[in-house]
Amino acid sequence: MSSTPASPLHLAVALDGTGWHPASWREPVARPRDLFTAAHWTGLIQEAERGLLDFVTIEDGLGPQSSLFPAPDDRTDQVRGRLDAVLIASRVAPLTRHIGLVPTVIATHTEPFHISKAIATLDYVSTGRAGLRVQISPRSNEADHFGRRTVPRIEFPDLALAEQAVTDLFDEAADHVEVVRRLWDSWEDDAEIRDAATGRFIDRDKLHYIDFEGRHFSVKGPSITPRPPQGQPLVTALAHDTVPYRLVARAADVGYITPHDTAEARDIVARIRAEQQAAGRADETLHVFGDLVVFLDDEPGAARARKERLDTLAGEPYTSDALVFTGTPTELADLLQELAAGGLTGFRLRPAVDGHDLPAITRGLVPELQRRGAFRSAYEADTLRGLLGLSRPANRYAPHAATA
Amino acid sequence: MNKPLKQIHLAAHFPGVNNTTVWSDPRSGSHIEFSSFAHFARTAERAKFDFLFLAEGLRLREQGGQIYDLDVVGRPDTFTVLAALAAVTEHLGLTGTINSTFNEPYEVARQFASLDHLSGGRSAWNVVTSWDAFTGENFRRGGFLPKEERYSRAKEFLATTHELLDSWHGDEILADQETGAFLRDAKAGSFVHTGQHFDIHGRFNVPRSPQGRPVVFQAGDSEEGREFAASDADAIFSRYATLEAGQAFYADVKNRLPKYGRRPDQLLILPAATFTLADTDAEAEELAKEVRRQQVSGATALKHLEFVWNRDLSSYDPDGPLPDIDPDVSDQHISKGRAQVRMYRDPLATAREWRELAAAHNWSIRDLVIETGNRQNFIGSAATIARTINEFVQADASDGFILVPHITPTGLDDFADQVVPLLQEQGVFRTEYEGPTLRHHLGLAHPDHAPEAAGV
Ligand SMILES: Cc1cc2nc3c(=O)[nH]c(=O)nc-3n(C[C@H](O)[C@H](O)[C@H](O)COP(=O)(O)O)c2cc1C
Repeated sequence: MSSTPASPLHLAVALDGTGWHPASWREPVARPRDLFTAAHWTGLIQEAERGLLDFVTIEDGLGPQSSLFPAPDDRTDQVRGRLDAVLIASRVAPLTRHIGLVPTVIATHTEPFHISKAIATLDYVSTGRAGLRVQISPRSNEADHFGRRTVPRIEFPDLALAEQAVTDLFDEAADHVEVVRRLWDSWEDDAEIRDAATGRFIDRDKLHYIDFEGRHFSVKGPSITPRPPQGQPLVTALAHDTVPYRLVARAADVGYITPHDTAEARDIVARIRAEQQAAGRADETLHVFGDLVVFLDDEPGAARARKERLDTLAGEPYTSDALVFTGTPTELADLLQELAAGGLTGFRLRPAVDGHDLPAITRGLVPELQRRGAFRSAYEADTLRGLLGLSRPANRYAPHAATA
Repeated sequence: MNKPLKQIHLAAHFPGVNNTTVWSDPRSGSHIEFSSFAHFARTAERAKFDFLFLAEGLRLREQGGQIYDLDVVGRPDTFTVLAALAAVTEHLGLTGTINSTFNEPYEVARQFASLDHLSGGRSAWNVVTSWDAFTGENFRRGGFLPKEERYSRAKEFLATTHELLDSWHGDEILADQETGAFLRDAKAGSFVHTGQHFDIHGRFNVPRSPQGRPVVFQAGDSEEGREFAASDADAIFSRYATLEAGQAFYADVKNRLPKYGRRPDQLLILPAATFTLADTDAEAEELAKEVRRQQVSGATALKHLEFVWNRDLSSYDPDGPLPDIDPDVSDQHISKGRAQVRMYRDPLATAREWRELAAAHNWSIRDLVIETGNRQNFIGSAATIARTINEFVQADASDGFILVPHITPTGLDDFADQVVPLLQEQGVFRTEYEGPTLRHHLGLAHPDHAPEAAGV
């Protein structure tokens, strides 16, 4: 038994199709024909809520899934096709009560004005449980779906060009997040006054033009949607290198990283904290979560055997940007606590097979962490920010109480 | 034998950003909390309505360089709130107004296909074409679209969206766990579109949804707008709801259909209308007057006059006579982001007409706006309203109505409880939903089941 009491961890799950293993859809529990129904998503997210998880993320993309990085493949043996993640989150929101809902949005092609009001509305329909995961699209085939711009074709050996292209896309994503956040603040919380005496519904002095001018776009504002319940819904991003670490440090509330051991976790967290300091955000809570793909079974060896069986079905061993864990809930709890010692405040687990590994998380891992005092035993807040210990931010446009 | 009775279509418009809403009424609730939308949608579904309707405006309206503050301001994102409403209803159609100028086909097609999957086939799209640079300031593309191109972009946008949605036929997903074939066809979703506004190609990534395509509404009123509706829409959201104007519009639009190889029943005409319901006709008349005075305050009346005069009229007394100066007819308009402004196509003539009307009836500015600014209002007891609505529909003034009550979110409750049963007794409105999809409710062919009459 560990002698130091573990500090509580935060837990999220990343939902994508039937799970992260490309052959996951072939498991009997997967029910792949239901993938495009509301029932599929409601069932998964309600299961995550039964496990008291902080939030779910929902993957998305503006093109078909592919096993090749820069282009679509012609495979017929893997899940292809998906529904819009914001709409999935919204569809499930009224059927859940506590769990956070964090859909992926693609900054490269979508309008920040549309995203801002969509996530604000998700916050209204979920009464304070919305967030977003911002992602870039470096794929030229996805740019061709919009026809407004080209993105340089990124071939992996040519890393210098790739780095410049990716830097540009992340700069644009940073602008995107800035616009989205300003629009959330473009209404003060008490802008609606319903003053029958003067006939005014709003106090227009409490609505603000955001007047954003950037390299890629300019946006006037204000939003058409009032400030959402959380004030600022959660902003999250996955980060693999210096440029994305900077985006996380400057713009996010939660960053997901993919360390393979505790030393690497410690190193990445230090780099993010340094960037956070440089960005003048040192006093703000910024969670850094570790991302892991998980195969979970109670029987020792069963998870590894299951992965091998799925790999055989897929025709190749499964690899990932993130650490791929196979083992028991106890072993995973040990690993999470060890990685957390590197400075992580939580984890985003990617279930290899949703129908199997998600219940293994909620019914195996969660009780194990609870026994160790490392995870909540009841939802302790009504909003996603509340669950993550983030306060409701003041509105950047509102005059400070002192000067009011 | 008499002509068979037409079945009435009824829909509910969540009252939003306009002066229909009496937000100062103590019963008026939030226009933004989801509980308001859920209550409204559940009432519409309890009443077996065809669908719920949401309008949209992508920039807050301004007048005289300031954000307009006299009506409700603020609304949720259309797709997001409709997806959430799909969770609290089972049958009700979900119609969203989505602009074709400030969106892209790939995204809109994904959103409608997703909404259609997540609602089991209940999505509809009101394609609007507001093009102005004022709204454009909120978007990357800015205000680049000349007015003349709004319908050419809308038409191509809609066609492109259909190409994307049709790029999946519905039989591609095998999901055969034994053989390992998820897709029947590796190229599912392939599309190429080359046109004046869009030059795009690749793979669409949402499989075919229950309705295949959302039901398409059109709401513009110009000559081009009517042609667009006749060639491409399943329904029109119109503003002509009085008997005579409704009949004229109905005949005009339905007569445009044959040249596109379409039958009259392939395009439904559904005007916006409001209602004032009370126990007796006399009480309802009283109530309607009161509601109108609440909707048109003195300040609102002056602002409304400014749409026509295009001048700052704030120094005028709303209870006094109309201005004797003429409207400013320059291109710069005092009011921005407001579709109604375009209703007054000849401001000088309108001003003259209004002055004569006011003089003849001894109306103040506020009286005039109250008397002329009204949309179709069905006023009376439940029996009167049910009878009048049925008369209008049987007389081909419309195929039904999109009702905009003046109280949020409970404004539909009495209509559902009192008027709908009478329409059902008359055999002109459904007592149960007959099918799962919005196309079933509207009597429209499913694109995957029946070839369209236009065919070619
Ligand atoms: C009854 C009615 C409702 C409308 N609702 C909207 C709306 O919600 N959002 C919007 O942007 N435009 C709306 N419009 C504007 C039209 O859809 C159209 O885009 C605009 O009037 C320009 O087209 P037109 O010149 O053919 O009228 C509406 C128009 C009518 C007649």
